[in-house]
Amino acid sequence: MQQIPKEMFQPVRAELSEAEKISKPSLSYWKDVSIRFRKNKLAMFGLVILIILVFMAIFGPHMTKYDYATNDLMNTNQPPSAKHWFGTDDLGRDVFTRTWYGARISLFIGLAAALIDLCIGVIWGGIAGLRGGKTDEVMMRIADILWAVPYLLLVIILMVVLGQGLGTMILAMTITGWINMARIVRGQVLQLKNQEYVLAAQTLGANTSRIMFRHLIPNAMGPILVTLTLSIPSAIFTEAFLSYLGLGVPQPLASWGTMASEGVQALQYYPWRLFFPATFICLTIFAFNVVGDGLRDALDPRLRK
Amino acid sequence: MLRYISRRLLYMLVSLFLIVTATFFLMRAVPGGPFSGEKKLPPEIEKNLNEYYGLDRPWYNQYFDYLVSVAKWDFGPSFKYKGQTVNDLINEGFPVSFFLGMEALLLAVSIGILLGIIAALNHNKWPDYGAMVFAVLGISVPSFIMASALQYFLAIKLELFPVARWESLQHTVLPALALAATPMAFIARLTRSSMLEVLSNDYIRTAKAKGLSKGQITVKHAIRNALLPVVTYLGPLSAGVLTGSFVIEKIFGIPGLGSQFVLSISNRDYTTIMGVTVFYSILLLAAVLLVDIAYGFIDPRIKLAGGKKGE
Amino acid sequence: MKKRLSLLFSLMLILSLFLAACGGFNKKDEAGDNKAGDKKSNVPQELRVNIKTEPFSLHPGLANDSTSGTVLRQTFEGLTVIKDGKPQLAAAESYEVSDDLKTYTFKLRDAKWTNGDPVTAQDFEYAWKWALDPKNQSQYAYQLYYIKNGQAYNEGKAKADDVGVKAIDDKTLQVTLENPTPYFLELTAFYTYYPVNSKIAQKNPNWYKNAGPDYTSNGPFKMVSWEHNNKIVLEKNENYWDAKNVKLTKIDMAMVNDDNTELSMFNNGELDWAGMPTGQLPTDSLPQLKKEGKLHVQPIAGTYWLKFNTEKPPFNNVNIRKALTYAIDRKALVENVTKGEQIPAMAAVPPTMFPENKKGYFKDNDVEKAKEYLQKGLQELGLKDVKDLPPITYSFNTNDAHAKIAQAIQDMWKKNLGINVKLENAEWNVYIDKLHSGDYQVGRMGWLGDFNDPINFLELFRDKKGGNNDTNWENPKYKQLLIDSQKQSDPEKRKQMLKDAEAILMDELPVAPVYFYTNTWVQKDNLKGVEVSGLGDVQFRWAYFE
Repeated sequence: MQQIPKEMFQPVRAELSEAEKISKPSLSYWKDVSIRFRKNKLAMFGLVILIILVFMAIFGPHMTKYDYATNDLMNTNQPPSAKHWFGTDDLGRDVFTRTWYGARISLFIGLAAALIDLCIGVIWGGIAGLRGGKTDEVMMRIADILWAVPYLLLVIILMVVLGQGLGTMILAMTITGWINMARIVRGQVLQLKNQEYVLAAQTLGANTSRIMFRHLIPNAMGPILVTLTLSIPSAIFTEAFLSYLGLGVPQPLASWGTMASEGVQALQYYPWRLFFPATFICLTIFAFNVVGDGLRDALDPRLRK
Repeated sequence: MLRYISRRLLYMLVSLFLIVTATFFLMRAVPGGPFSGEKKLPPEIEKNLNEYYGLDRPWYNQYFDYLVSVAKWDFGPSFKYKGQTVNDLINEGFPVSFFLGMEALLLAVSIGILLGIIAALNHNKWPDYGAMVFAVLGISVPSFIMASALQYFLAIKLELFPVARWESLQHTVLPALALAATPMAFIARLTRSSMLEVLSNDYIRTAKAKGLSKGQITVKHAIRNALLPVVTYLGPLSAGVLTGSFVIEKIFGIPGLGSQFVLSISNRDYTTIMGVTVFYSILLLAAVLLVDIAYGFIDPRIKLAGGKKGE
Repeated sequence: MKKRLSLLFSLMLILSLFLAACGGFNKKDEAGDNKAGDKKSNVPQELRVNIKTEPFSLHPGLANDSTSGTVLRQTFEGLTVIKDGKPQLAAAESYEVSDDLKTYTFKLRDAKWTNGDPVTAQDFEYAWKWALDPKNQSQYAYQLYYIKNGQAYNEGKAKADDVGVKAIDDKTLQVTLENPTPYFLELTAFYTYYPVNSKIAQKNPNWYKNAGPDYTSNGPFKMVSWEHNNKIVLEKNENYWDAKNVKLTKIDMAMVNDDNTELSMFNNGELDWAGMPTGQLPTDSLPQLKKEGKLHVQPIAGTYWLKFNTEKPPFNNVNIRKALTYAIDRKALVENVTKGEQIPAMAAVPPTMFPENKKGYFKDNDVEKAKEYLQKGLQELGLKDVKDLPPITYSFNTNDAHAKIAQAIQDMWKKNLGINVKLENAEWNVYIDKLHSGDYQVGRMGWLGDFNDPINFLELFRDKKGGNNDTNWENPKYKQLLIDSQKQSDPEKRKQMLKDAEAILMDELPVAPVYFYTNTWVQKDNLKGVEVSGLGDVQFRWAYFE
């Protein structure tokens, strides 16, 4: 074995003051989240898509000289061309204009419904999970009952009482939409509330709302965000389903749901009428999903590498 | 445990009663009656019909009669199909929807969990992206587009399967696939996200430290804990899938209960609406109960007895 | 835990296998595939059609919808049958009419029920009285109100014996009518007038609920299987009196309620017929099918119109109604929106009844006149400008086709007259309630003839509170013409009276006719002899595969 002479070793001059210094710059929680989110290529891609979609929803309808409602019966079902970028539909309306006009409506319905779901769901599920016992029992049973009452009956009544329109649509979507969120939140709270830090907080005298909003909700943020990103698509879907049943937004308004449900009838003949709205539904939902995933990963400190 | 279940059963009964009540009054609040037609019936005939079906009596009489007949599991004659009882409709339609649902559920659960696990184990590598893109596709296509597209490409273009109807096992493949797509994607995503969470836990690190192989860790420690959210989701999902999907049954011409139910609502087939609602509610409530019980089995941290606060 | 999970999964697997083995399906042989046999000499004579939905009831006295009618028309036979647009004798061998045109005496031919029982005059008497009996809840009993005391008996104001139908002997049926009814032989071809095997029906009141030995019929086909909401299978009735001329051996009726699926099934060789009258073709497919030369089109007795609520301003003003009616470009509408070669309607009665109505009472898309009438109407209402008109709502029932027509007309009124119209759709039951109760301004509606006579269209608007008027319009002269026409025995004079009445209707325009319906369908090239009547009813008894 080769001997290393002692002289080759040199003591490092250790400054005592430097020993505890953290070389990495300190980061706040949200800064950290944003850095990690930006590292996630797929999520960033989704975000870019969403930004483009929102941009097009705002400016798209103004890019053509066509109106979303004016018919041109001499030019029905024209394939995409320089004149009509996405072709025309069966009343000769420009599909490009209608697609972006529909984007406004679909995105608005999706976001509004998801946010309302989130608020009701978190409060309802949180209280049920945290209180437990009788409260939990009663609250979850109420949710079950609402879940079990025929949805279509509720929707038809809403449509008749309030008349067709965007507000009715959003209400129809949230009337049972929040239940899923409430169930997830409750499940999370049930799981988390027996953990030591909650016990510690309780011992320290924290009140219920503090425990809920400072401890439980942030820790349950992962599943809540995942559910949220799923509830936007599911609202856009419900809109499509209701459109399929003819209970969608009133004519001649366009939404992706109404366009797709009409387009699907023409799939074999005028595929562009389905292709464009369907593609944008898929893109939107894809984007929300990957963004949600990225957020989830970024928000969860345990996944930090 | 037994006490818990019997208590829950009692709650179920109360819920059922409330659902029946709510549906009964909602149904009557919807305008339009079961005998509305393009050609209006002469008033005498309409009066006759109302008498026959008891629609001319005060609502409380109808309501209490209805409660009694529900208790006897006799939902009465259908308004829409003369000569058939609602029990007949359920007995004929439900097995079809149930079979299709089972097929779809099996597909969704097995493929979904598999995809989710693969994605989680290869976090941020190509299998993860691949599995998730596949899953996201399943979520991002509305069922009526999915069903029509499957029908168009697999049945019309490639002629692999029949276009529609309910005749042989071959006929069930396309509708089952269409039905499974969305839940499969949901399950895959849920599995993935909860697997990831579980894999970052201390006990996994412990398991790794004590030298268990990746496979052993996955099977013994991770999956079991990761499936918890999946199980939560499975309850309402299975009830939803087994009761049949209107869109898919319509597009594939399947004589299931799902399309029957939607039709009964637009036909104002009062007895069928009520009968199927009661039937569905029982299924749903049972599914929720089963999930809660399964929860307790899988996650011992959750106390079933619904114990006192602060325990 | 792993065990429990795997147990769960295997349980599910076993369950599904179990279901596959015993439940879920009723195993039936596949219908013969005609794809391969096209060119062979002995082509299987098996027809596969789609009837969309479960029939309401297959009891002739209870049926009240076109689906039930389609099935019954194959399995039962009335005194007459419609062929080439005219009633021909069927179960009856001959008939005599009294001088006052109120008594018909039918002589029945020797015919048998599917179980071998003879078809008797008593079977007819029994069936008609059964349908009129108020306790049997027939929703179509009013189809028999033409018979003397039919309505009174149905309303509980007369006894069964008072009803004007009587079996003189086993083969002679005497029918007494309330009024002279020039189209009575058309009516006897309708399914409410079919006979019922009284021997069986008296023994087993539930005979009609399922296929089986007690489900007996007297038509060219018999029902051998009825899987509710799934399919009905008919086979040739060997006991039918004219069995030698019935070539089809089997008819398989699927219940698939989706237009696109139906056409795809046809294209894939799973159906021999797609489209009306049993099903429906998707509108978007029509141009392509036409281009390929596959589309069959036949005008039928039906009118699509917009009803005006003549009691709600501004539609209480006839000139406003005229303006809106004239400002519709029907030609553009049928060519580019409905696409089924529908005929632009400028009259109420379809050209299948009044051939000259292809031209109509006014000019299509007469924007100039429309503008004049609009100005006149505005003046009469004391309004200066179109903008002062009260808001107008166009209602229709939820349906893609109606929505398209509504949007097109909305756009025409806006472009041609500058009138802004709001569209409002409602689900069918809600819609029909609104219409019947007068809670609407403009609403779409269609009328398909029950029998082949103009009176069927014109009498809709006879009484203000008549069940299907909805417009609240009434005109004494119009009413009198219709009442008088019933008593007129000279067909030419009667026709003139009806035409005069129609002219009044088309001058006052409580309804704006839009188009006359057509039936559109595709069928296998080698399928021949299917009879679609002017009312849009289908008969398969003369059909065969070449």
